[in-house]
Amino acid sequence: MMITELGHFALVLALAVALVQAVVPLVGAARGWRGWMGLGDTAALLQVLLVAVAFAALTHAFVTSDFSLALVTGNSHSAKPMLYKISGVWGNHEGSLLLWSLILASYGAAVAIWGGGLPPTLRARVLAVQGAIGVAFLAFLLFTSNPFLRLANPPFDGQDLNPLLQDPGLAFHPPFLYLGYVGLSMAFSFAIAALIGGRVDAAWARWVRPWTLAAWIFLTIGIAMGSWWAYYELGWGGFWFWDPVENASLMPWLFAAALLHSAIVVEKRESLKAWTILLAILGFGFSLIGTFIVRSGVITSVHAFANDPERGVFILLILAVFVGGGLTLFAARGAALQAKGVFGLVSRESALVFNNLLLSVAAFVVFIGTIWPLVAELFWDRKLSVGAPFFNAAFTPFIVALAVLLPLGAMLAWKRGDVPRAGRALVPVLLLSAGLAALAYSMQTQRSALGPIGLGLGAWVVFGSLADLWGRTGRQGFGERLARMTRLPRADWGKATAHIGFGITLFAVAALLSWKVEDIRVVQPGETFPLGRYDVTLVQVQTDLQGPNYLATQAELRVTRNGPQVTTLFPEKRVYPVTRMPTTEAAIDYGFWRDLYLVIGDQQENGGWTVRSYIEPFANWLWAGCLIMALGGGISLTDRRYRLAAGAAKAKAVTA
Amino acid sequence: MIRALLLLLALATPVWAVELDEMLADPAQEARARDLSKGLRCLVCRNENIDDSHATIARDLRLFLRERIAAGDTDEQAIAAIVARYGEYVLLNPTTGGANILLWLAGPLLLLLGGGIAVATLRRRAVAAEVTGLSEEEQARLRELTGD
Repeated sequence: MMITELGHFALVLALAVALVQAVVPLVGAARGWRGWMGLGDTAALLQVLLVAVAFAALTHAFVTSDFSLALVTGNSHSAKPMLYKISGVWGNHEGSLLLWSLILASYGAAVAIWGGGLPPTLRARVLAVQGAIGVAFLAFLLFTSNPFLRLANPPFDGQDLNPLLQDPGLAFHPPFLYLGYVGLSMAFSFAIAALIGGRVDAAWARWVRPWTLAAWIFLTIGIAMGSWWAYYELGWGGFWFWDPVENASLMPWLFAAALLHSAIVVEKRESLKAWTILLAILGFGFSLIGTFIVRSGVITSVHAFANDPERGVFILLILAVFVGGGLTLFAARGAALQAKGVFGLVSRESALVFNNLLLSVAAFVVFIGTIWPLVAELFWDRKLSVGAPFFNAAFTPFIVALAVLLPLGAMLAWKRGDVPRAGRALVPVLLLSAGLAALAYSMQTQRSALGPIGLGLGAWVVFGSLADLWGRTGRQGFGERLARMTRLPRADWGKATAHIGFGITLFAVAALLSWKVEDIRVVQPGETFPLGRYDVTLVQVQTDLQGPNYLATQAELRVTRNGPQVTTLFPEKRVYPVTRMPTTEAAIDYGFWRDLYLVIGDQQENGGWTVRSYIEPFANWLWAGCLIMALGGGISLTDRRYRLAAGAAKAKAVTA
Repeated sequence: MIRALLLLLALATPVWAVELDEMLADPAQEARARDLSKGLRCLVCRNENIDDSHATIARDLRLFLRERIAAGDTDEQAIAAIVARYGEYVLLNPTTGGANILLWLAGPLLLLLGGGIAVATLRRRAVAAEVTGLSEEEQARLRELTGD
């Protein structure tokens, strides 16, 4: 069909436009030629339009099940529900890269549309760097991963998308992650543009921070979605596996978190400029490293890399050019960035430096743990694994330290802080947290201190953030202070909300790891067994139920507590005939305090069925905490100073 | 990302973990076995421990581990026996032996290094600020004292 060829053609054109965008505004900015600089805007808009056409064409092919396209044949099936036909567009290497390019181009276009308030040379340079990244990825797409390749003999039907990916949670997981990964390209472009121009000031930070914040919000949501999907889909309630693929998303998240904190210092105090620039380069660098890890397969095994070296080498090249180039530029020009604001050793600035240090070291630990098997095999010929036990032991201390320092650091004044004063305000919080931890320790049945420590630490962060908000309301009466609290800047609310989310997540992780209840047994239909304070009855098992594109075995389990019925759950086992893959569909009764998580297994020789049951304490708090973190970021984004910046941009654009 | 996840899942599903017929009669021994299982890798899976994996090799490992424990091995002895048979690759928790010490110390070392640099820089800046700040004040005070 024509539409596919149109998409292919648009993609080739987009590459040409990106080339122009990468070169012309840069030259214009160097020479001071307005017209050349202005071309960046046009090119950015044109590029997003062309990539969008390509994306729409590919989506069209998936929706209409055009099996003359190799990609559609490999990843779709005519009987697949529409939602998964659409999500199938990015459920594969080529399509996901096209989505990546589309998002990249969209960010560039956002600068062209809303960047009116930026100095013209800065805007031109930012657009040029965005264009250069666009060139790299569009070339990668066209030369090694073309989504528009045709099959000479189209098959009658497709090979279907992996059934585990046919899930609403996972349909939107990649787009969010990509919005995050690629969002960090904005911080990178601004950093490079600032290095070329030799100027970093509060206005620069006011532009970089919202983009970083947005990227971080998307990453937070994307990671939480992936984790939630793993929890309900993989069938035993795990939520994080320290898999290289997960680590690939965690590293940029940690760097983005560091960057959005250090950018505050640049914005408010015009200090930490060089470090912030470095973080911006590293943040996007780790996005690219993540892409490399996931797309090249190099971490899975060195041999997977050798099977498809073209793609891996290409990404490695992109990585070398952009990160290597960025760091070289930083080495040459970074020292010229003069700090203006001075501050004492004990101050909010210093606290944020240590926040950055801990986050960066934590990210580095994840990095070295992820690549170590590769390093060990290359240099010492040792085939070894680095798994969850290592990361739990080596990564956690830094996050714990971060949480311990957070409430205190957040309360210190800018420039010169007073630790005893901040400490006094936190004494009630400390007592409350320690009390909660002690209570939990006395109530729990096992001896592990992980749960109580997690509760104490989480409470310390949550109530510390509330105490910080409360402390900003002055010394009047209660009502007056409450009224003032509602009038605090959105930035303060955003900060407190995000930190509260972090505390909740910390607590939930510890609770899930230490208080989970597990039961595995063979149950006859009609039999009842105890699970914690519940009783579970296997009412019946139905086999060979027909789903839209699968066959299911479904169990009916009734859960009661001291008599009254709590819920009835229907866990399933499914077989997808096209891919011949079995999946487990755990049945979960979501609750505020706990999830009941039931899984049906195989039938045994005596006619009974294997039933796995779990009580997952505070499971929802984990993802709720992540969402609250993201919400805090969102509240910060709406702070007056960013709206003012945007408003000023608009006003200027109108008068110009 | 998706494809890698796929691989992980294709090799690992359905995730049935330890089966009933494998379990040891002694609950204390079984608890030890399950604990140790969580640190041992299913050799054909992606980053999955033998306790969670349904792969045949994971079952073999679980049974071998339980054999050792039932025979009276300590945790260390049982792990050593498994490493002797299946190699270092089986350990999800890397040893600290040889170059691995770098892996384990990388985080703390970097924290010390970065922390040292940060403190030194911050202190130098704070002192510089103090010196210039004070000298102005002191000069004024000096003038005042000397009655200039």
